[in-house]
Amino acid sequence: MTLIVRGTVGRGNFRRDVDLAVEAGGVLGIIGPNGAGKSTVLHTVAGIERMVSGSIVIDGEVLDGPGAFVVPELRRAVVVFQDIRLFPHMDVLANVAYGPRSHGAPRAEAAERARAALASVGMGAMADRHPASLSGGERQRVALARAFVTNPRILLLDEPFAAVDTDSRPGLREVLKNLLAGSTAHALVVSHDQADIEDLCGSVVVLGVSEKFTD
Amino acid sequence: MSVVDPAPRVLKVSRGTSDKVFRGVILAGALFSLIVLALISGFLLYRGFEVFKDFGFSFFTSTKWDAASEDGLIPASYGVAAMLVGSMVIAAIAVFVAVPFAMSVALFLEYYAPQRIKSVLVSILDLIASIPSVIWGIWGYTILMPHAAGWSKSLNHWLGWFPLFKVPAPIFERSPFIAGLLLAMMILPIITSVAREVYSQAPRDQIDAAYGLGASKWGTMRAVVLPFGRGGLVGGTMLGLGRALGETVAVYLVLNLVFKINFQILASVGGNVASLIAGRFGEATPYELKALMAAGLVLFVLTLFVNFIATAIVARSAKGPQ
Repeated sequence: MTLIVRGTVGRGNFRRDVDLAVEAGGVLGIIGPNGAGKSTVLHTVAGIERMVSGSIVIDGEVLDGPGAFVVPELRRAVVVFQDIRLFPHMDVLANVAYGPRSHGAPRAEAAERARAALASVGMGAMADRHPASLSGGERQRVALARAFVTNPRILLLDEPFAAVDTDSRPGLREVLKNLLAGSTAHALVVSHDQADIEDLCGSVVVLGVSEKFTD
Repeated sequence: MSVVDPAPRVLKVSRGTSDKVFRGVILAGALFSLIVLALISGFLLYRGFEVFKDFGFSFFTSTKWDAASEDGLIPASYGVAAMLVGSMVIAAIAVFVAVPFAMSVALFLEYYAPQRIKSVLVSILDLIASIPSVIWGIWGYTILMPHAAGWSKSLNHWLGWFPLFKVPAPIFERSPFIAGLLLAMMILPIITSVAREVYSQAPRDQIDAAYGLGASKWGTMRAVVLPFGRGGLVGGTMLGLGRALGETVAVYLVLNLVFKINFQILASVGGNVASLIAGRFGEATPYELKALMAAGLVLFVLTLFVNFIATAIVARSAKGPQ
């Protein structure tokens, strides 16, 4: 039950060789300087970008590789972006219910799951609010609920707390830690924050300097 | 020690000659279009004023369009109610048919079509937009109408229980439905063009966010692109509506001009303000000519109003999903 990314990722003229693996229920941190290709790795695993060469394999199934490409909606992968990216025209509940609805859940079931997910991040009382009326920390909690509500197979967190002030980070980190503990997803976390990596990740890979694993 | 405030500096801005000339030219251009608009409405008001004065509000509510008898015993009676309703019914049919097609074509061109096919299709759409309306009218009369009459017959056969699809007599040519279909094809390029423009501006990060939640391409269109483009699409539709309301020759060729308010869209009874003017202008008495000018002013104001709203909506849609 392992997610393996081995080969070259890239966008435009940028190329980066990667070789990483993460078990189901495991959390792999990806660190490295700006421009190292950390976000590109996440986007490629999500299927938003394609591998330049090599492959992405999960539990023996090739998601991307020579002659194979599984479209994003069939990967059961979700991304939490560093700039949060909630849908501004939907209320909080609709934002969180969007994932289950996209995967075919009936409206009522999707709303019920969304309410439960919001409650799990302490946002149950704000289901009717719009993203513009929330603080950065509240928006990030909604983004986490939106990611976990679909019970993803692959969870990709790109600088999950970059848009949040430093005072709010420990609380959010605790929320994310609890969510990760209850999940069987293969999780990849990109962060510049040492505390994120130490608190959340079981192992770390460094991109852009010399790629290596550390436990 | 005293502090003396220095005298305030006077800043002088002097524009170069080329700057002044350019400003003058664009200002003159902008004013010229306003002056033309004012002249047109002033001319129509001047020529139609007597009719407005004689008939008052009944000019808008009456369906009669009768010249005075030669002996002068029966006075003239003019009203644009039937033609105004006809204009709106035909324009509504055109918009109802054209909008789903325009949305689909715009989405396909922006998000699905390979670049080469996109260029070809965009050229074809531009070509369609440039076809003169008299050509549309001839095509509508000779090619579209025989087929559309058959479709009308089927609609009447299966959905005739619904008041909209009833007919007083089984004659299906020259109906508002056929005129609406023809107008739909004529306004398709303009709605598609505006829809493409607004759909192409849908925020890339929101699109990626939808993909990042595992949404399909269509799911992403529904969640991000369509809501984002809603305002622009409404604006584009209003622009199309503006053209549909004012279309003359094409409608005149495929519609049976009858002065009666008619909501039975398959019946061979109809008319719009523009086709009324085109149909009666040649043989109008001097007084009827004034009535046609008054009708023209009503159409002018209606079209101007629709276009103003359209422009405002398109401008507002640039701010994001409403």
